[in-house]
Amino acid sequence: MTPTTQVGPLEASLRARRDAGHKLLAPYVTGGLTDDWTEVLRAVAAAGADAIEVGIPFSDPVMDGPTIQEASATALARGVTPPSILHDLTGVDAGVPLVAMTYYNLAYRMGELRFARSLAAAGVAGAILPDLPLDESAGWEAEAAAAGIETVLLAAPVTSDDRLGEIAARSRGFVYGVSLMGITGERAEVASSAAVMAKRLKAVTDKPVLIGFGVSTPRQAVEVCAEADGVIVASALIRTLLAGGGPEAAADFVGGLREALDRG
Amino acid sequence: MTDAADGSRPAPGSAVEATHMGDPDDRGRFGDFGGRFVPESLVPACQELEAAFRAAWSDDAFHTELDDRLRTYAGRPSPVTEAENLSRRLGVRVLLKREDLNHTGSHKINNVIGQALLTRHMGKKRLIAETGAGQHGVAAATAAALFDLDCVVYMGEVDVERQALNVFRMELLGAEVRPVSSGSRTLKDAINEAMRDWVASVETTHYCIGSVMGPHPYPWMVRELQRVIGDEARVQSKELLDGGDPDLVVACVGGGSNAAGIFAGFAEGPARLVGVQPDGGAAIGRGLPGVVHGSASLLLQDEHGQVSEAHSVSAGLDYPGVGPEHAHLAATGRAEYVTVTDAEVLDAFELLSRSEGIIPALEPAHAIAWVAREAGGAIPTGATVLVNLSGRGDKDAEQVMRIRKGTR
Repeated sequence: MTPTTQVGPLEASLRARRDAGHKLLAPYVTGGLTDDWTEVLRAVAAAGADAIEVGIPFSDPVMDGPTIQEASATALARGVTPPSILHDLTGVDAGVPLVAMTYYNLAYRMGELRFARSLAAAGVAGAILPDLPLDESAGWEAEAAAAGIETVLLAAPVTSDDRLGEIAARSRGFVYGVSLMGITGERAEVASSAAVMAKRLKAVTDKPVLIGFGVSTPRQAVEVCAEADGVIVASALIRTLLAGGGPEAAADFVGGLREALDRG
Repeated sequence: MTDAADGSRPAPGSAVEATHMGDPDDRGRFGDFGGRFVPESLVPACQELEAAFRAAWSDDAFHTELDDRLRTYAGRPSPVTEAENLSRRLGVRVLLKREDLNHTGSHKINNVIGQALLTRHMGKKRLIAETGAGQHGVAAATAAALFDLDCVVYMGEVDVERQALNVFRMELLGAEVRPVSSGSRTLKDAINEAMRDWVASVETTHYCIGSVMGPHPYPWMVRELQRVIGDEARVQSKELLDGGDPDLVVACVGGGSNAAGIFAGFAEGPARLVGVQPDGGAAIGRGLPGVVHGSASLLLQDEHGQVSEAHSVSAGLDYPGVGPEHAHLAATGRAEYVTVTDAEVLDAFELLSRSEGIIPALEPAHAIAWVAREAGGAIPTGATVLVNLSGRGDKDAEQVMRIRKGTR
């Protein structure tokens, strides 16, 4: 079991929902994808999201598949920057915690502490940096914590038991279990490794365990939540937005997931 | 000058290795640069590779096998040629380390034979690679054929067009070439796609990175696999220079593997080390510290950290970053990094062809271009200059022909 640590607002919020018997749903929205992207956040929250991952686009998103890569490129082509996204976010009270998801170079370029403070000032509660593994992240984690940002760490199917324990212990907000060996993107079926990942994490931590990568449909979300506390859904939602769907379409999609998870 | 650097392999951790181009620290850092910035899914593979490399590199049997393959298959040692006509013309003594004479036409074969052997040691059956100019792709496809490994090579669409002949060569060797249509459609994007493949296939696949970049242990491992260039050249130079070293050692730098290889042989000696970058891809000088493709180094990027696109007539140098050890050598002042323009490179391509009967690849034509420009300037008249001629120009002949005819 993990040592007792101070619980931040993101973790507190997710724990409260989980302990009340809900499965957790965290959709991903690419920041700056459209003019009305912050309306998408509000719509998704109203449709039943428990937290929202806000992607800050990076030019070289190596952990992402074609859908999120396209969304990132589209947003960058529109001229968005990390400051413009954080500016857009300021004052958006979606009613659920926001978690920034981006690549480390953006934080490195701005300066870790300054980046973390900018996130906090924009009302963001947590951060996910998928290319910053345990061995390189201690400095960032400290700066983030100082700014009040909870750093969510990722665990992978190939992560050893020792590392898994350390990831669970150091992760803040929740623990992000990667469902499969691969990049983000929709899959026809949930990988069998998703359940194994969730079980392994649940065995070493009491923190909320969310599973992401390849979870695209209500049926898949329910399947993953048989073991996990919740799911992260990205590419399927982004595909809807890239196809021209606005806040309403996003809300319909997330509402479908919510309903399925609540039905169980 | 040190007696120890006689071309023999320094023992791991020896005083010689511990100085300018020594082992990285336990986090894979050369000073402030390097490290292992990869998704958690790839961390075990990097650890496994590091362990396999450490074991192999301290194993005489591995070295015997590697040396044997390099000698009987790749054609090592490569000679050093006195460029007499060019020397007369420039007023400096130019020596050429002839990596262009290697099998497959460049220094890339040194690295891939080593990595293919490691792939076999790790029990993996599939090799993936990225390529810009195609030299590394052809070398990887060649090693895969030799060691009976499946091979997929990622190549930006722009480069597929620029290097059509090399695409055909890779296919002829049994590799599958996957064109990459994202981003700038050049080397940077081919690396992204290769990394995506690797994340999904890491348990059966080795990613054969083609330069001194990527996460630890790649920058170190690839430099060690390429140091054969510098170790040979040091001995050869001493024979030509009455026991002395050249005054300058010059090599082109994209990611920087041929430069790292030849610099490694001379880093502890008195020679000035000069890396020549394309004007449109000068990560050292115009780049800022950044993290991409697995390591911290210098990187062309905008004020927010978005990676910029590099531009070079040479597909092999069309990369916005540079290997972390080069960033470190620049920071410590042990090596100098300079730039030349595409026009100077095209002139140098012809200059070497006509003066010596050697058509260089566009990459080492950068090194020749700087020497031609600076002879009598930054290079004192009468100085001895060892240039790493890292590859031959057959692959580039058609492209240069098109440029000369003004068709692109």
